[in-house]
Amino acid sequence: MPDWLIEPFRHPFNQRALLAAVLIGCTNGYVSAFVVLRKSALKVGSLSHALLPGIAVAILVAGLNDWSAFLGSLFAALLIGLGSLAVSRGSRIDQDSALAILYTAAFSGGIILLRRLGVTREMDDWLFGNIMGLRDHDLWTVFWISAASLGVLTALHRPLLMTLFDAEVAATLGVPVRALHYLLLAILIVVLISSLQAVGCILAVGLLVTPAATLYLLTDSTHAMFWGGALLGGLAAAAAVLLGWWLNLEQGPAIVLVLGLLFLAAWIFSPKYGLLVKRGR
Amino acid sequence: MTASSHPCCAHHAHHHELLVEDLRVRYRETFALDGVSFATSCGSCVALIGPNGAGKSTLLKAVAGLLPVTGGRILWRGTRVARWSREIAYLPQREEVDWRFPITVERVVRMGRYPQAGWWRPFSRADEAAINRAIELMDLSALRRRQISELSGGQQQRVFLARALAQEAHVFLLDEPFTGLDRNAKATLAATLRRIATEGRLVIAAHHELETVRGLYDEVLLLRRRAIAFGPVDEVFRDPLLDATFGRKEAACPTG
Repeated sequence: MPDWLIEPFRHPFNQRALLAAVLIGCTNGYVSAFVVLRKSALKVGSLSHALLPGIAVAILVAGLNDWSAFLGSLFAALLIGLGSLAVSRGSRIDQDSALAILYTAAFSGGIILLRRLGVTREMDDWLFGNIMGLRDHDLWTVFWISAASLGVLTALHRPLLMTLFDAEVAATLGVPVRALHYLLLAILIVVLISSLQAVGCILAVGLLVTPAATLYLLTDSTHAMFWGGALLGGLAAAAAVLLGWWLNLEQGPAIVLVLGLLFLAAWIFSPKYGLLVKRGR
Repeated sequence: MTASSHPCCAHHAHHHELLVEDLRVRYRETFALDGVSFATSCGSCVALIGPNGAGKSTLLKAVAGLLPVTGGRILWRGTRVARWSREIAYLPQREEVDWRFPITVERVVRMGRYPQAGWWRPFSRADEAAINRAIELMDLSALRRRQISELSGGQQQRVFLARALAQEAHVFLLDEPFTGLDRNAKATLAATLRRIATEGRLVIAAHHELETVRGLYDEVLLLRRRAIAFGPVDEVFRDPLLDATFGRKEAACPTG
């Protein structure tokens, strides 16, 4: 094998990046089925942007460390999610509008603040990810978030699926619908945060929507959507990291681009729901 | 009574009474239901009749435990319905369901066993038997692996009924089940609802086609935020009362 093909695997930071990409891709791919089935891509996009101002404020208050960034982004996502509910409740403004107003305003504030804090070089990392910059304990954080969210979601698969299909009927069958909604939201936010380092807060939503959306065009089985989404997310992320080494591409955008191209292929060529079949009919 | 058996409750109707007393449900400032009372029991097929916004859906959802009740009470078999009951099945309007959701007929019916199986427990033989029986009864055996997106309106309604049967519900609450069905599907559904009631269950359906009330239902609740009248079809389904319900002069009820 040519040396340039093997060479990247020798460096520990590359191995870490590859492992993290697979973990993040799998978890996001699995969770993306919930996002697609709930038709909440727009909300997830808003929440992911809300992470940035949270990080900015956390750096301002506590300085930059892993916990401040994590807690700051978590807090900001919750604040903006709940804030949009509060603004829209009993008002003429619907929740999507409220969410869009809040997150763009907060995002703008975050950018201005981050520039003033003199972390301009790192801003690109927050926006678009820097998977090569992962350290050992980052990898552990990603691992635990992945394991915990996949574990919880798999264990609660039955009631979650019923809630997604028809929340009212699920409630009449004794499913704790409201609690599950909040749990799902919490898991979404934590998963978003875990992928921040890999793809950044602007691209994170791509990772949390595209895998299951692609599978949705290929299969009628919800199980295939969940596990196929995980497989597709993991493979695409790994492939993108490798392509990044060999072709000298930015890995974060490469992950989302590879997923986007796969989606495009499914959209055109899917044997059941593709463009070509629909045209042929 | 165990969950796995469903002895016909028509024979002990006094045990299987649904009692609604002075029920009030408020949305923000206005009352959607204001002092509704009626009593009925298993074996009966009840039509909820009233104009749009009269509170038919609200009443069904309140009995299903989906809405907070502002006043009054709902008693099923002598006890207040807590948030939900395995014995009460709610069948939403077909338009409220996402029929493109990737799921098969059988998987929807299986949801009916959730109260018995819970979050994790694998389905028992009794669960599987109930599911198979429900699918056969609703004549869905040939469709069980079909996607719900490929079903006709009548078949979709039968999937919901099968889920309620698998649940072994005693009370079936249906919101406008006939809406959007073609003639044959309506006839089939009417016969099915009759059978479900005759076998000893309580069927309560919001209904808006006045021509088809007679022959299908045993009792009628005329509703316009308040209960205008409740009783057997022959006594209640009459022009003066219908006029009071719909607030108009011309008779809506065909003579017959």
